[in-house]
Amino acid sequence: MGPILAQILTGLANAGALFMVASGLSLIFGVTRIVNFAHGSFYMLGAYIGWTLMQVLPGSFGFWSAILLAGIAVGAIGAFVEIVILRRVYAAPELFQLVATFGVILIVQDLALMIWGPQDLLGPRAPGLRGVVRILGEPVPKYDLALIAITPLVALALWALITRTRFGILVRAATQDREMVGALGVNQRWLFTGTFALGCALAGLGGALQLPKGGADLLMDFTILTSVFVVVVVGGMGSLPGAYLASVLISVVGVFGVTFLPQSTLALTFVVMVAVLMWRPFGLLGREEVAGEMGQVGPPEDPIRPAGWPVRVGVALALVVLAALPLYGSGFAVILATDILIFCLFAASLHFLLGQAGLVSFGHAAFYGGGAYAAALLVRHAGAPMELALLLAPLSAGLLALGIGFVALRASGVYFAMLTLAFAQLLWSLVWQGGAFTGGSDGLVGIWPARWADPNAIFYLLTFALCVGGILMLRHAAHAPFGYALRAARDNAPRAAASGLDVRRLQWAAFTFAGAMAGLAGGLFVFAKGSVFPNELEIARSFDALIVVFLGGVKTLSGGWVGGAVFEAGVDWLTRFEYWRLTLGLVVLFIVTIAPQGIVGTARAFWARVQR
Amino acid sequence: MLRRTFAALTVSAISTIAAPLVAQDGEAIRIGEINHFKRMAAFAEPYRKGYEMAVEEVNAAGGIDGRPIEVIFRDDQGEPGEAIRIAEELMTREGTVMITGSILSNVGLAISSLADRQGWVYLASEPLADALVWSEGNPWTFRLRASTYMQAAMLAEEAAKTDAIRYATIAPNYAYGNDAVAAFKEVLTELKPEVEFVVEQWPQLFQIDAGAEVQALERAKPDAIYNVTFGPDLAKFVREGGDRGLFDGREVFGLLSGEPEYLEPLGPEAPEGWVVTGYPWYAFDDRPNAEFVSAYETRWDETPKNGSLVGYMTGLSVAAALREADSLEPDAIRAAFEGLSVTGPVGEVIYREIDNQATMGAFVGTTAVEDGQGVMVDWSYRDGADYLPDDETVSERRPSE
Repeated sequence: MGPILAQILTGLANAGALFMVASGLSLIFGVTRIVNFAHGSFYMLGAYIGWTLMQVLPGSFGFWSAILLAGIAVGAIGAFVEIVILRRVYAAPELFQLVATFGVILIVQDLALMIWGPQDLLGPRAPGLRGVVRILGEPVPKYDLALIAITPLVALALWALITRTRFGILVRAATQDREMVGALGVNQRWLFTGTFALGCALAGLGGALQLPKGGADLLMDFTILTSVFVVVVVGGMGSLPGAYLASVLISVVGVFGVTFLPQSTLALTFVVMVAVLMWRPFGLLGREEVAGEMGQVGPPEDPIRPAGWPVRVGVALALVVLAALPLYGSGFAVILATDILIFCLFAASLHFLLGQAGLVSFGHAAFYGGGAYAAALLVRHAGAPMELALLLAPLSAGLLALGIGFVALRASGVYFAMLTLAFAQLLWSLVWQGGAFTGGSDGLVGIWPARWADPNAIFYLLTFALCVGGILMLRHAAHAPFGYALRAARDNAPRAAASGLDVRRLQWAAFTFAGAMAGLAGGLFVFAKGSVFPNELEIARSFDALIVVFLGGVKTLSGGWVGGAVFEAGVDWLTRFEYWRLTLGLVVLFIVTIAPQGIVGTARAFWARVQR
Repeated sequence: MLRRTFAALTVSAISTIAAPLVAQDGEAIRIGEINHFKRMAAFAEPYRKGYEMAVEEVNAAGGIDGRPIEVIFRDDQGEPGEAIRIAEELMTREGTVMITGSILSNVGLAISSLADRQGWVYLASEPLADALVWSEGNPWTFRLRASTYMQAAMLAEEAAKTDAIRYATIAPNYAYGNDAVAAFKEVLTELKPEVEFVVEQWPQLFQIDAGAEVQALERAKPDAIYNVTFGPDLAKFVREGGDRGLFDGREVFGLLSGEPEYLEPLGPEAPEGWVVTGYPWYAFDDRPNAEFVSAYETRWDETPKNGSLVGYMTGLSVAAALREADSLEPDAIRAAFEGLSVTGPVGEVIYREIDNQATMGAFVGTTAVEDGQGVMVDWSYRDGADYLPDDETVSERRPSE
């Protein structure tokens, strides 16, 4: 009995910081519909600011006020970010704001490195709470007990705020229907600012509260992000009690997983998440999404038309010039162009899914990395030639998408996005733990192109043919009846269904098609680099593609590859600078604020104005 | 064209231009260094400083036959794919004669695979993976730092001297952790067949649930614990374990736990009585080591880390190989590295012909807290050559040769 109780207590203590960060994210999403990727950065800032304050403020009082002040400071930073950046992009397509939050992540990473230096900081101990008490003979750290007591207090305070105050009423109303709240004369701007600041303050509080159990380091922004996403989704986006329940569930399951299945630590939370979402597609206490138009808010889109002759001739000429690159470009230009082309195809495949089918996937790397691993495994274990591997890479990725799509498409909107994320993570942990078969984190190396394609120029031409072909195929699909049906399903699913379209099957087909194209890009990547590692399946890779698609412009046909080309070339160039993350973050924010329709969308709008 | 000129400008802006203190006529010999300067700043920065210091010393002494060495430092974001592209750029456009660098094993493996294909020399300075010189080893890749196997073997040798029979292990769940546990088990069971491993814990890298891990370890009632966690995971593990009394009356062996990179952040809460590998820069009174430490402190106004030593040795190794080589062609440099002898602060290091692994060793000692800071006491330097398997086993593990 003692050990079991002690383990439950450990789980409850772990749930503390997790709940605070997750409830903040949940609140922000509920009201502003922003999926705040930078939430982990606010958590990290809370830890660093709390640490600094604890060096100055003495004693017990100083310790606890430092935690509180850290929360307030991070809340203020959050308010600043909301007012300066996010306010300008609310009118943009939904989820576009996540690009802005991505820029914030990069900036915070470099600023934290500048201010606090590269070394990990050990969190100060809570005065008077060092050591353990024995409960049924088992040692339980005193600070754990403090956390177990504080968390429900914070949860209660939040609950009182939401149910008992005018601010809370407005927050709840906005979570239900924010247009109506606006129509009733509530100043939405300050409501949004207030909610965003509160959410960030909670993240900061969580970061400062965990200091006595660990410390502050520069990687903690990303390490907490996935668990927080899982908690928010399992609890139900926008539900505070759900977030509490889910953080306790995830933490306690985690503790028992550590004891009874030590190898399971990577996959367990995602298994729980998939299981809960299969059972309740909107999380434990979540409600069905009312406004389910992911990425499709704003003025109606112009119907797409096939390009006219001048454009076609122009594109053909540009392609010829590009294909001839090995004749006039340097050896490195050819290599860089190969990488860019591969990334463009990957981005274009996600862009198709987002733009045409209206399906936002947070786990598109599953198919990119899936295709890459399929090719690499075939070469490594079956001795397959490059040509066969390149053929089977998109097929395998397509098959994978067929399977994942079957489950994930049961949900919609953000829940669909989160399910794709969960599956991508599951695949990642499978590969990570695949031992000699997948090579684990040491990956599979020494997988180079066939002899005839070995020269960089030839491999470039092969990549060029396949990537440009793939992108043209995606474009063609948009112009085909399939594309029209997809857009109908995207814009109005009930009406499309009433016209006899099988919405789910259409989306499933689009998901599979996009997955296969991403797999082709992944297959090419393996032969371009000669190796593959689990990095290609990571969340970061999915995010890269997502950012690029939004930067390029969702509501355009060429946003995917244009964004991909600009981003990949830009990163290659910027990493030469010392503070390249700061610079990249600022550039991203700049583009986001001046061009909320993305690069292509804004250019097109500009062109239309010029013509008029 | 404009783009290219601009890129070239920025490259020269961020890379260190060798400061020729001695009159030199020749054009600089360029070396490409690829590392995760941002993502792993705490480890890469000391490394870079040590490297730069070695290059400055070599250049001040006249460089390589009058030509200074110039190192171009590039950030790969910790992504193998990026590292490959940068390596291509360095070798084909920047005119570097060889590649050095990387901390993460996967990046090291990716570069090594490229080096093998293109016939470029790659000195993997910091990555620890055994695969780099063994299962995936190739003639073009050399590795400087004592490998996972070597450091685990040093600890296993110490473990065999104790009475502990029941062992528990805790290691991050990725290739390095797996290798480190496997090597420790292999060497320890060889030295002391009666030991048993009662529990193996595999927390996720940098996401350790320390409380739960400590409870799981305690449950197995081991005599001794072998720890491979590092960085923020180590801090959390030490805290929870210390609070909950996990380490009381138990032998603990900690791989890399004594390196300043990991020990210093723990401050007064550093574990006591652990047997660890590390770098006791504060305790040297022998000449070469102490001289390096004081030179480093003078040059950078900070104390050295383990990475500083590795970076310094990287610079010395590169210079030694270039001196030895008949020309700057990759094949000549590769031939020079085979069996190359480099003398640095820790003594002589030889790049073995059999597997391209350098014999650089590590310091093994016991942790203690002195003046509110974790330190290693009763330490000694172990030559890496003594902790490698016999030649026959090495040949088996290295199929490429």
